[in-house]
Amino acid sequence: MNVTLTLNGRQVTAAVEADDSLYTLLRALGMHSVKCGCETTNCGLCTVHMDGKAVLSCSVPAARCDGHAVTTLEGMQEEAKRLGECLAGEGAEQCGFCAPGLMMNVFALAKENPHATEAEIDAYLAGNLCRCSGYVSQRRAVKRYLESMEVQP
Amino acid sequence: MARYKDYVAAQSLEEAYALNQKKSAVIVAGNMWLRMCGLNRQMAIDLCRLGLDGIEETQDAFVIGSMTALRALETDAALNAAFGGAFAAALAPIVGTQFRNTATVGGSVYARFGFSDVSALLLALDAQVVCFKRGAVPLSLYQKEPWDRDIITHIRIPKGQRAAVCSVRTSATDIAALVCAAARSQAGMRMVLGARPARAMIVADALAPESGADVFEAIAARTPFGSNLRASEAYRRKVAPVLMARCAQACREVTA
Repeated sequence: MNVTLTLNGRQVTAAVEADDSLYTLLRALGMHSVKCGCETTNCGLCTVHMDGKAVLSCSVPAARCDGHAVTTLEGMQEEAKRLGECLAGEGAEQCGFCAPGLMMNVFALAKENPHATEAEIDAYLAGNLCRCSGYVSQRRAVKRYLESMEVQP
Repeated sequence: MARYKDYVAAQSLEEAYALNQKKSAVIVAGNMWLRMCGLNRQMAIDLCRLGLDGIEETQDAFVIGSMTALRALETDAALNAAFGGAFAAALAPIVGTQFRNTATVGGSVYARFGFSDVSALLLALDAQVVCFKRGAVPLSLYQKEPWDRDIITHIRIPKGQRAAVCSVRTSATDIAALVCAAARSQAGMRMVLGARPARAMIVADALAPESGADVFEAIAARTPFGSNLRASEAYRRKVAPVLMARCAQACREVTA
């Protein structure tokens, strides 16, 4: 079957199988920022936005996306650059494999709660696992990113 | 991973129900657990286009669409104000925000997950499961039944209660080792234990609000518990009275 979705602001039509996940579709469409980690809905690596909400693309049926808007990190390069600088500046990244999923969830947090406290940051990002950098530096980086957003014109 | 040959986004409940009468079909809700079950079915029936996502407040109840995401319940101001923040407390520890943006209340209730944080709270609140063909069924009854081929359309939660939830986990975001939910109404206090690790069950009903430790010890002594990777039977039996006492205290505080 074919699905038509708005991917990073551009309308795309693609053929999918009945049991394809959104993750499979996005990789097939060249969205290589979307990574598959656990495949058990635990790690947050495959996070993308669907109609503005952060979802785990490994669990969303691709066919369900017909008519919806999906955003990946490829569609948020300006925000990614700013957050990437904060992550690097705080030593919050080593291998970087989890970074795209983390970033997409941070963008969702920034939209939902731009003045999040440290506890709120921790709670919101609890579904993004990182095996190497540790979470304290990530928390610092996210805090710095949110503060930088406040001073944006 | 689950495998399907056909995918149908049902256009009506009648269509979804008719298609679901075949044993080769399966209803897709949040698709969080289902996708990991290794199912091999002819048809996946998606309820996402039926407008079953939303929380409606009536004079005497909250009526929640079965496709409503857990995150919506967690953040709904009216729902949490009515029940002392119990939904936020019960749902926030589940995996992560992205997970709860997709997992649905209907999927959680239908599956009768033994580890369900959702079912424990709904059971304490005396929720009703509204099915397309059967109509309204008390969750306390639905919870004990085997899986059927009807479709949950809504969950109805009566107002006029105060609720609290406590759980214990070996690590944050993991499945609970034990969940306790309590609701206090004019009839008294209802206590539910989940993740025993079997299906959530009502362990006490119409309990006096001022019940103390001895009452909770007695309840725990007669409640069936089991062992799994997360906790032993003995551990659960020891922890249960503590969680019950905390829930009872919280119910007393929010009522005061």
